[in-house]
Amino acid sequence: MKNTQGEVWVFAEQEEGKLSDVPFELLGKARELASKLGVKVGAVLMGSGVEALAKPLFEAGADVVHTIDDPALKVYRNKAYRHAMVELVKEVNPQIVIFGATHMGRDLGPSVASALRCGLTADCTDLQIGDYEDKKTKETFTNVLHQIRPAFGGNIIATIVNARNWPQMATVREGVMKPLPREEGRKGEVVKHPARLEGVEIPVEVVDIVRRHSSVNLKGSRIIVCGGAGVGSKENFKLLHELAAALGGAVGGSRAAVDLGYCEHERQIGQTGVTVRPALMISCGVSGAVQHLAGMQDSAKIIAINTDKDAPIFKVAHYGIVGDLNVVVPKLVKAIKGK
Amino acid sequence: MKDINHTPKEGGYTCVVCIKQVPDTKKVTGEAMKADGTINRAALPAIFNPEDKNALEAALSVKERYGGRVVAITMGLPAAKAILREALACGADEAVLVTDRKAAGSDTLATSYILSQAVKKFNPDLVFCGRQAIDGDTAQTGPQIGEKLDCAVVTYLEKLDLDGNVAIATRDIGTGVETCRATLPALFTVTEKFGELRPFEMRRVMKYKNAEPEILDCAAIGCEDDRCGFAGSPTSVNKIESVVLAGGEFKEIAATDEGIGALVAELIKDHTIG
Repeated sequence: MKNTQGEVWVFAEQEEGKLSDVPFELLGKARELASKLGVKVGAVLMGSGVEALAKPLFEAGADVVHTIDDPALKVYRNKAYRHAMVELVKEVNPQIVIFGATHMGRDLGPSVASALRCGLTADCTDLQIGDYEDKKTKETFTNVLHQIRPAFGGNIIATIVNARNWPQMATVREGVMKPLPREEGRKGEVVKHPARLEGVEIPVEVVDIVRRHSSVNLKGSRIIVCGGAGVGSKENFKLLHELAAALGGAVGGSRAAVDLGYCEHERQIGQTGVTVRPALMISCGVSGAVQHLAGMQDSAKIIAINTDKDAPIFKVAHYGIVGDLNVVVPKLVKAIKGK
Repeated sequence: MKDINHTPKEGGYTCVVCIKQVPDTKKVTGEAMKADGTINRAALPAIFNPEDKNALEAALSVKERYGGRVVAITMGLPAAKAILREALACGADEAVLVTDRKAAGSDTLATSYILSQAVKKFNPDLVFCGRQAIDGDTAQTGPQIGEKLDCAVVTYLEKLDLDGNVAIATRDIGTGVETCRATLPALFTVTEKFGELRPFEMRRVMKYKNAEPEILDCAAIGCEDDRCGFAGSPTSVNKIESVVLAGGEFKEIAATDEGIGALVAELIKDHTIG
């Protein structure tokens, strides 16, 4: 199974004929990995009537788009997608397969890995190519995928390798990897594959899907920028959105900010709102009422920005910046964009 | 769903719920840190994994509404009997501990293999797992058990009704909510949205205070040795780095370009931001 010339694959998640953001992010990383390995980047596009989606995947960095177009794949279903993907991996034999750590990716990835009996690392925040020495057997493996992820409630960072049972598979958190700038007109090769679902019983039928109108997904966000009464106005809240966009994060608010109308209720963090535990919380102009702290103090890292150096928020923060957020936040945005 | 005529299966449903005892990772404080900055797991309380409680609730609600029985299975050290007793006190009918030195070092692939072997022994109609455990947060073991059982897999379950041999399930798909019909047997991974675990029954707490679960080792459930433990685990941990700032550790950053630039560099270095 170990194919050192195998492609680096990205699962090109789509719903209703529309690609989600995550494949574009993953293609950026896949390009980097593939150029280190001297191999091609492949995108796996599954669905029904999805051939038009190959073009944006090429423009985002794919060299090859493997398509499986079948009416049975119109809506995501575990068994159908799993079966088609497993057969495709067996046929083409890639060396790396990356999924977004979305609901779909976290449903499909483990199922495919289980069927292929290969390893899978969940929710990676970074991927690198490197060597690995098995300390027990003293064997050395070159050019293996280092899968870096937070574990233990975000308290440790583990580097996982899967040196023997290839393909090496990982799911990657949304919003962590950077898409490449779109290269208009960039072309590649489309390879069509059958779904091979004849005689396969699919035990699930999707009856109905109600799409969420809200684009706010605080719980699923690794990075949250949260504003309080100290933000001062709805207008100033736009700064927080800019910072969140630069980090691929979401914007939340304290109860005070919601009550003052600076942000929508669905963004409220705290006892009466949502409880969040992101990898990074950037708290801006939040004083730190107990009910708010209860909803965010388990964040792995907290940066607090406040003009009042005695604000309780600094007691739970790991980093504190005493200053005006209207000055500090633009500096942060600049530093992040320039990194 | 209102339009469904709920016809329960004759004799009720056999439900298996897979549960895990985990260190309470929310309680990582300065005291739980060793001098070298790593976590002293022994200093953390061992708890019933939160979403496994939601999974148990799903199983108990099936039994309550349609009849049947609930078997709670855990894989772990003998100390994990504590959560099996909790499950019995809440209404589970049977408790099974899979414990074996051969299972040590199992990653999700090996764990799902061993658990699937244990689950098969009970020939269930429905299998419930918590969406994920708070020590690893992988959400992989559930779907991987489902693949090995080759049954319907329904993740992120929020609501469940049964109609004969069909489960009508509502699940979170991230971009919305899906309703699907799954033909049994089926495996579900359950999120907190399903609802909180019912409280203990006092009578049962007393009854099962010292209850001994059925104890199974890998051989008893027909596991092949090379698919268990380290041997059956394709992934290895290459490196562990601690990222916790021990409780109360605090760094003041100057509100200048230099101060903020250094902060951003530090966050990139420790992989907090990409």
